Amino acid sequence: MQRGIAHKYEKDNIDTDVIIPGPYLKIMDPNELGKHAMEGLDVNFIRKVKDGDILVAGNNFGCGSSREHAPIALKHAGIRAVLALSFARIFYRNCIDGAHLLPIEIDREAYNDISDKDELEIDIEKNEVRNLTKKRVYKIKPFPELIKKIIDAGGLLNYTQ
Amino acid sequence: MNITEKILAKASNRSRVEPGDVVFAKVDKVMVHDVSGPGVITVLKELEKRGKRVEKIWDADRVWITEDHFVPAVDKIAAQNLVMLDKFSKEFGIEKHFRYGMGQYGICHTLSHEEAMVLPGEVYVGGDSHTNTTGALGCFATGMGHTDVAYVLLHGKIWFRVPETILFKMNGEIPPYIMAKDMILKIIGDHGTEFGNYKAIQFTGEAITNMPMEERFTLTNMTTECGAKNGIIDPDQKTIEYIRERRPDAKFDLIKSDSDAQYHAIYEYYVDELEPIVAKPHSPANISTAREVSNIEIDKAYIGSCTGAKYTDLLAAAKILKGRKSKVRLEVLPATQSIYHKAMKNGLLDIFMDAGAVIGPPTCGACCGAHMGVLAKDEVCVSTTNRNFPGRMGHVESKTYLASPQVVAASALKGKITDPRDI
Repeated sequence: MQRGIAHKYEKDNIDTDVIIPGPYLKIMDPNELGKHAMEGLDVNFIRKVKDGDILVAGNNFGCGSSREHAPIALKHAGIRAVLALSFARIFYRNCIDGAHLLPIEIDREAYNDISDKDELEIDIEKNEVRNLTKKRVYKIKPFPELIKKIIDAGGLLNYTQ
Repeated sequence: MNITEKILAKASNRSRVEPGDVVFAKVDKVMVHDVSGPGVITVLKELEKRGKRVEKIWDADRVWITEDHFVPAVDKIAAQNLVMLDKFSKEFGIEKHFRYGMGQYGICHTLSHEEAMVLPGEVYVGGDSHTNTTGALGCFATGMGHTDVAYVLLHGKIWFRVPETILFKMNGEIPPYIMAKDMILKIIGDHGTEFGNYKAIQFTGEAITNMPMEERFTLTNMTTECGAKNGIIDPDQKTIEYIRERRPDAKFDLIKSDSDAQYHAIYEYYVDELEPIVAKPHSPANISTAREVSNIEIDKAYIGSCTGAKYTDLLAAAKILKGRKSKVRLEVLPATQSIYHKAMKNGLLDIFMDAGAVIGPPTCGACCGAHMGVLAKDEVCVSTTNRNFPGRMGHVESKTYLASPQVVAASALKGKITDPRDI
């Protein structure tokens, strides 16, 4: 169960270059990466986010590069889950296999309903997101079997076939 | 089955796979560079901290390393990362390590085919999103993050969801001044940056048969900008000759799509109807013809990257620049040392220098905003690279127009975006 405040960016194609700009790819220290999360889109992002918060965005979140620095930066800025209409494939894999944060696909209705600063609770056992501020429940699609097993194992390196 | 399905079936020891199947497939080749390598090493070190000491990797002969993003070392951190990579390859016995200043090196995706590091029919995983490029050799090539690459280094396999395949039939004769870059920008413009998400994109048709191998890599390279898992082309005589020239003794399976293969969607293009295309800021899908934006003044022309600095790209630009002067800053960064050397021997570097260009060492350079000519606020660049997201090549308020090497060269001469047919 993951509970946190929503930070909503009503934008499609939020790419890895704005999530963590190229010049920071030299950096390996995750906390340092976290200081630059979303710098290309919102320089105030890291000041707004508190540990456990949730990012909400439109289609094709995380498109672009394979840099695992992107979910690592978001995680170390405090983000524990991203709710988006859809995800770019490598970003999605990186979130799951690296156990950095939960990528959750939501439908258009939930996306439209969630406002910035709503308090949300994610329950991947019941496959729902609860909006505690608006007192509404959004159903989400269950994770495919293998992906759920990798999440439960705490990432791909802990998963044994 | 189509080629992607056949390769994944073979690699997962199955007689058949269907799109949507999740398989653990054996991997034939793995690549890391100076950005993904240190990330992978960090993941392995984390394992050690948790008591799982990594004493050997699955197969050092199947792993190769290059230095490309931040080289020659741009600062102390970049230099330290290169030292880390050096230690890593020594510790685990990885011999194929391309270092700058030590002969052949360069951008990973161009080296993958220039050096035939990957062969037709193989499964190839790279720690970089444009790994898709190599699929033009008729292999399954896809990009992954640190954790996945670390897993492959330990186990020699990784999970895949078998992708649906979208087939693009490229018909007709390629007109003068039209390059593969125009074709792929047109496809991305027509279909968007997300239509290939989780899918394979395959190219076929007369135009593919007739284009040089180097041009095919431009198509598969930018399937990444369609969101695709992999880009792929059935191998043909050209593919075989290309590999044989580089590795005469290479043994490989020539896997091709069955005649009754199934596709998720099929699109037909007639390349004779194409015009030189540019992608405007800030998306590769934001296209128009070069002529439609010929009023846009530019500050800089950039010829570089895995997409647009292969030998044929340099040659195409040089033909337009020959005997002329650039009106704006012009930068040329050949993708690999071997391409640089060939361009020098064949007189292309003279043409670039006479035009006023600065010629840089092989590196990803300003394509990813790393170094070697990043853009200032409000600067406008026309570039042979593959992405123009906000801040991609420098300041978040700079602007990049993506185009073919011929459009970039023509634009440099006029100081504004120019259709090469108008020179």
